[in-house]
Amino acid sequence: MHIMEGYLPAAHAAGWFVASVPFIVAGVVRLKRIVAEHPQARMTLAAAGAFTFVLSALKMPSVTGSCSHPTGTGLGAVIFGPTVMALIGTIVLLFQALLLAHGGLTTLGANVFSMAIVGPWVSWSVWRLGSRLGASIAVAVFFAAALGDLASYVTTSVQLALAYPDPASGVLGAALKFGGIFALTQIPLAIAEGLLTVVVMNALSGRACMADEIRVLSGDVQ
Amino acid sequence: MSASRSIVLLAAAAAIIAAPLAVPGLKGEFKGSDDLGTKAILESRPDYKPWLQPLWKPPSDEVQSLLFSLQAALGAGVLGYVIGRRHSSPNRNADRR
Repeated sequence: MHIMEGYLPAAHAAGWFVASVPFIVAGVVRLKRIVAEHPQARMTLAAAGAFTFVLSALKMPSVTGSCSHPTGTGLGAVIFGPTVMALIGTIVLLFQALLLAHGGLTTLGANVFSMAIVGPWVSWSVWRLGSRLGASIAVAVFFAAALGDLASYVTTSVQLALAYPDPASGVLGAALKFGGIFALTQIPLAIAEGLLTVVVMNALSGRACMADEIRVLSGDVQ
Repeated sequence: MSASRSIVLLAAAAAIIAAPLAVPGLKGEFKGSDDLGTKAILESRPDYKPWLQPLWKPPSDEVQSLLFSLQAALGAGVLGYVIGRRHSSPNRNADRR
């Protein structure tokens, strides 16, 4: 779930915008390069964006007795690297801010930073680490997607804690409080997202074995 | 990866999501965590006023659920198209026109 409209003090809202813009610009540059050099990757790009669209529309119940939604940014981050997802995630967040009153324009910078930047970078790092440690593709993809999802919501909790530190226990106390609301709720959803990402990656790779296919899907731009 | 493994993974994902609703004794109204987050902010800063309201809000829950469904449907449609195309194309690696 995203930070609601008007719920970040102006200085924080502006700061997160400044932090996010370079990543979005890099995402645009990267996307243009992928499309120019590997036109065959357009289909996979569309699929990665579509997956984010679907998953971020699905609000799911969790063991904490509240609902949240997955992010779906891990799939694209594994295939194309994290930069492109900053752009794709921003598009999804804009759609939700303008049409669904979910998230907001003033909090867009902060929400982009958590969902479209931190999440994909964590996913991509976990994917690289998993491959290097010799994990199977499916296992590496699972952990990449699940931990990226979770990292997005941990980031949201920290962002709120920085804006609203607890009078007694400070930023750390507030981070734990918001983490109890956002990150804890997210754990089962993150696991479900990891499983779904493995299934979709498998479906996208058609009849090939996944290892070759991830390179092919990306047009081998990694 | 075999199709049966995909089905097992999908079933596991469905079970994880359905479990909180099925487990008896689990308290909760299943409200959105962003509403709870907003509530927590207002509890710690009762005088805080959001300095901007959303420019446009769906007029009712029905309209909002329509737009959320539309978002999911658009995504699912595109995703299904790409997967179908990948599986049907004789040379899968090239999405030729």
